[in-house]
Parts: sequence; structure tokens; C-alpha cells
Amino acid sequence: MNVRSQISMVFHLDKCLGCHTCSIACKNIWTSRKGAEYMWWNNVETKPGCGYPTRWENQEKYGGGWETSNGNLRMKSTGKGRAIFNIFHNPRLPSLDDYYEPWTYDYPELFNAPEGPDQPAARPVSKITGKLIQIQAGPNWDDDLGGSPVYAQNDRNLVGLTDEQRQQLSSIERLVLFYFPRICNHCLNPACVAACPSGALYKRGEDGIVLVDQKRCRAWRFCISACPYKKVFFNWLTYKSEKCILCFPRLETGQAPACFHSCVGRARYLGVLLYDADQIETAAKHRDEELIEAHRSMILDPRDPVVIQAALQNGIHSSVIEAAQKSPVYKFVKEWKLALPPHIEYRTLPMLFYIPPLSPVMAMQGKDKLVENVSVNLFHDIDEARLPMKFLANLFGAGHEGKVRYALRKVKAVRWYRRAVTVGDVDMATAEHMLREADSSPEEAEDIYRLTSLCALEDRVVIPPAHREETIERVEDTAEHQTNHGFGFLTELGRGM
Amino acid sequence: MSNLWSYLDPLLFSVLPYVAFFSFFLLTIQRYRQRGFSYSSYSSQTLENKLHFWSTVPFHYGILVVLTGHVIGFLFPRQLLLFNRIPVRLYILEVSALIFGLLALVGLIAAVSRRIIEPKVRGLTSVPDWILYGMLLVQLASGVNLAVFHSWGISWFAATATPYLRSLLTLHPDISSIAGMPFSVKLHIVNAYLLIGLFPFTRLVHILIVPNPYLWRKPQVVRWYTRPGATKAAGQRFGRGSI
Repeated sequence: MNVRSQISMVFHLDKCLGCHTCSIACKNIWTSRKGAEYMWWNNVETKPGCGYPTRWENQEKYGGGWETSNGNLRMKSTGKGRAIFNIFHNPRLPSLDDYYEPWTYDYPELFNAPEGPDQPAARPVSKITGKLIQIQAGPNWDDDLGGSPVYAQNDRNLVGLTDEQRQQLSSIERLVLFYFPRICNHCLNPACVAACPSGALYKRGEDGIVLVDQKRCRAWRFCISACPYKKVFFNWLTYKSEKCILCFPRLETGQAPACFHSCVGRARYLGVLLYDADQIETAAKHRDEELIEAHRSMILDPRDPVVIQAALQNGIHSSVIEAAQKSPVYKFVKEWKLALPPHIEYRTLPMLFYIPPLSPVMAMQGKDKLVENVSVNLFHDIDEARLPMKFLANLFGAGHEGKVRYALRKVKAVRWYRRAVTVGDVDMATAEHMLREADSSPEEAEDIYRLTSLCALEDRVVIPPAHREETIERVEDTAEHQTNHGFGFLTELGRGM
Repeated sequence: MSNLWSYLDPLLFSVLPYVAFFSFFLLTIQRYRQRGFSYSSYSSQTLENKLHFWSTVPFHYGILVVLTGHVIGFLFPRQLLLFNRIPVRLYILEVSALIFGLLALVGLIAAVSRRIIEPKVRGLTSVPDWILYGMLLVQLASGVNLAVFHSWGISWFAATATPYLRSLLTLHPDISSIAGMPFSVKLHIVNAYLLIGLFPFTRLVHILIVPNPYLWRKPQVVRWYTRPGATKAAGQRFGRGSI
């Protein structure tokens, strides 16, 4: 057992309101600079929808992630041999057109235009060329357009849905959408890291954050195509790849990452998971339908004395183990099994988990009919939902509905239980029966309810101490670095030659 | 005219190469140490993805083969001349050299055209880039010209240029073997020196960072800050990989 700690995340999709506050917080801190304007390390997509970059889930085009062939795990688009031949031109690379050309507006024109019969207009100007452009696409171009034939029908997750289900998605009274906030998943088996010929991308051993070493990046671009979630971006000004850094400077000082801290819906949870790094390869090799379970079984119980012992031996600080015991992510992912990894079939073992949304399910039924359904088939309406189960399964279950249905049944049972407790218009016996059917109990339902609805920031975000003070002291004098060099660079200042 | 050459020849073929290599070695290292961040392939593929294929791929494959040929001619002149004893072998070598030279030239012309046509790429092309492209055009055009109009270069390169280059290495420059060369040959050589001298000021530095441990490293890279030997080396060393 090779125990490592990983800062992991859960996004509760029922709580995401699609306000994009997270994206703005991130943009203001990290990517509001030349070369990075088009990057959205955090973005919120409408599902069904094309996403950002457009149709990023289309791995036939981008070749992201891993695949198994003859019992071996290999990257879909690159590898040691293929990187040599594709190093001059990466055939799977998305171009800026797949994102959008960043632009501003010709504001001076509003003041400088000569007098004339018309109001002057501030026309869009490309931030790359400085020339006037016709805007073809932009951030969140298909925001809130779930159901629209132009955008939503290009969603890759509609594969396997019947024509009837597809038509329902865009019909007036059944139209449905939910929000899908995305950041880097800080995977356990990151394809971006494995694809980098320069070894510039790496995973931090202590907390599992995946970073790009800016000085080592040589613009070979393989990380961009290899990441199946398209969360590595190319800075066209510095010619370096950049990605979400999980606000590690904030985490190291005990603050929640900006997107978590600013989340209006309080949909984001962050905490440490202990996992067995020896299992990474075997877990990623499982068949599609076994992947979620294999991924879950890598996550270790932080209260198990054997695990604690192994963790301490591996240099994990006791304060980190304590944080792991309080981790909200552990509860959602491992104990309650409510949170599921996105597109686990890409086999990067993402460490950002999603609680699938239930809202549209309940909204479809009238009250009377719902009660009737309960007496007939407790969970009937989950499968009758506006949002087809198959769609959620494509997104969160590698195409298999079992794990998604399990999570939704439990979420629904908790709702019924709380309805019985607080409003009392539904029968408590039925609610408890539903909980049992959903593999839960009133005690667990109370815990889920509390962490879902009554959670304060310190419940949602449990940050382990980074202990960077120990790190630096062990090898170098802290005073030596003081006032010596810029943020993120550890080279000594000197004459050079 | 011949009088002019007698002054120019020593300057261009005995002095310039040392200046060029001095610049190449010292300034390249200096740039790596002071502005290592600027060592990059400067790929513009994200800005334009279609013409890119038809320019970089033929250019790089062409130039790689041609450059390898030059190096072989320099390192193994005797073996090369022996190999070329049988005319068919020489014909084959000459034709393939021409093909790959043309491939590189066509690729380069496509690359320059792409930079002119595509506004996004043009906007990000620096002055050193334009100078470099101009010099490369001269170099490839003169090279192809040699292959076409001064045939059997693969043999006469080994017999004339190699002794000259070796005399440079031993610090006893002997330019007798190339003093009588036609202008196009001299242009090719002088432009090569200029390219080498300007190397550290251009995007050519990406040639030096291609060899890397990717082929023999573990797929996953993990860096530890709390383990001995991490820290300063964290930027340079590969940590324990998991798989």
C-alpha cells in the first residue's frame, strides 16, 4: 500500500445555479492577462450543450485520455513513439477557433467618431491581431440554450438516446437543462502529465495538484490534446501551456480556492482523500462498467488504523490525516456514494466528483401523481424524468446507469425523508421505506441533509495544512529566499555569467 | 573581382566561423541561464491549424534528412567517398538529397506564406523571425541550387568542405580547398555561419531542447517537496513515478 493524499472536490449539481461567479473569480485572479484571455480554467457549461472548447467530449476528434489495448493502458492520441512523429504538427490539437478569438471593443470610436447622422458604435476588435473581427463564438456561447437544436443536439452525451428522447429535450414543455461547472480534475492518472515530452507537467506528491512547470514547458502541445477534459490551455503570447492550479497559493495559506470561496450556490466541496497509489494502473485498466467501483476502491478509509499507519510511514503529516477524516468529499464519494466522476471512461481517474442533478426529475410530476407513484413504484419517476437517465449515465457513469440511479434514488429518498420531517404532508413510514430501498437510513439521511443544506464554509471546504514551512526549512534557509525572487520561481538571482 | 575575394575569403572563411561558433556556444548558454523561459518551440499551431501541417511537416522532415547528410559527410568523408565509388549509389544519394532539400524548401515557402496570409500568425511573428525566415530561404534555395547545378556534391563535399571544416576544428584554417568555389557555394557556407552566429537570438534554440528523457521516463511525473533531494532540484528532476 502506497498511501498518498489528494485534494479532491465534489460539485453538487443540484445546488449550482449557473451564475458563473466562480468563472469570474478565477478569471480575475489568474487569467486576465494577454495571451490568457481566452482561457477559462473554471467554466460553467449548460448541459445538454457543446461545452468549451466546442464539443470537447468528442475524443474521436481530440483523442484525449487513455484506452486499454491488449491489457495495456495507453494514451489515445500520443505516446512515446507517436510523440516523435507528431512533434512538428499535433494532428489532434484544438485550434483557437474551437475556443474563440478573444476580443475587446473599439471604445475610443465612441468618443472620436466624427459628427454624423448615426450613433457611433464600438465594434469588436481582435485581441490578437488588433483588427476588426466578426465574432463567431465566445465564452458561454450556448449558455442556457439546453434543448436548442443548434447547440444542445451536438452534445456527445446524447449518444444512445432514442429519437423520442432527443425530441423531448427540445420540445417546449419538456425542455430541460442543468449546469455543469468544470475545473481541472487533478486526476490520479493524468494524461496531460504522461503526454508531456519535456516532463513539464507534474503532480505534486503532497496534495496531488497537477501543475505546468512554466520554465520547462517547450510548447510541444501534447498536454492540450491528451487531456480529455480540455483543461490545459496554450498561452499564445508566452508559448507555454497553462492550467488550473487549484489556487495552490491560497490553499497553502488555508484559504479556499477562489471558485470555491465565491460559489454562490455553495455547491462546491473540497477535502483530502487518502488513496493507494499502487492501484492507479490496475484501476485504470478495468472495463468501463467496473471503473467507478475500481476508482472508489482506491480511496482509503482515513480512520482505518492500518491506513493511518501506512500514511504516516509514507510521510503524510498527521494533520493531513485528520483533515482526511473530516473530509466532506470522502463522505459524498465513498460513504454515501452520491458523487460520481465525470467521464470515468477516459481513464484519467479524475478527482473531481459530481452529484448528479435531481431537480428536473421532481419538477415534471404533479403533486397528486407523485404520491400515486410512491405507492406504486417508489423510484418510478426517476426513470420518467425529463432528463433521460441515459444522458446522465453517459456523463457520469461511462454509459452505465446503475451508479447514477443509485445516487439519484438516495438523493430523492433524503428529500422525501426531510419532507416528512419538516412539512409532514408525506408519510414518514413511506419515507423510511424509501431510504431503506435506497440503501440508506434516517441517520445517514440527516447527515446528507446537513452537509447538503446547512453547511458552512468550514464544513464544505476542509483544507489540510500544507506544511510548506517544513519543506523549505529542511533544505534551504527561509531567509535566503526572502525578497529574493518572484512568485513561482526558485532560481537564484545573480549575474548569470 | 578575384582581388576582392582574396581579401574577403580569409575574413569569411577563417574569421567568421570562429565568431559564429563563439556566439553560438557562449550566447546560447547565456540565454539558457538568464532567460531559460524563452526556450520554446514557439508553435503557432493553436492559432492556425491547417496550413501548419503543410508547412512544418515537410520542412522539418526535409531539413532533418539534409542536415544529417551534411553531418555524415563531415564525420565520415572517406567512407562516403568509398561508398560513392559505384555510380548508382551516388545517383541515389544525390536524388534523395535533392528530394528532401526540395521538401524542406517547399515547406519553408509554405511556412512563410502562412505567416504572411494568416493575420493571427503574422501578428505574432517577430523581427528576428522574419530575418530567420529570410536567411533560411537563402540557405535552402542556395542548397537546392547546388544540388541541381553543381552535381555530385555528396562526393565533392566530402573531398573539399570536410578538410576545410576539419582545419577549422584544429584551429589551423586552410581555405585553399574552397577559395576557388563558385559564388553559390560560398553563399551557402557564409549564410550557414550567419545562421549559426544568430542561432541564440532566434527561435532556432528549440533544436537544442528536442532531446529529452521522455522516451525513458515513467509516464507519470510526481514532484515531492517534503522528500530529501526535492526543493531546488524540484525544477529539474523527475520524482517517483507511480506507474
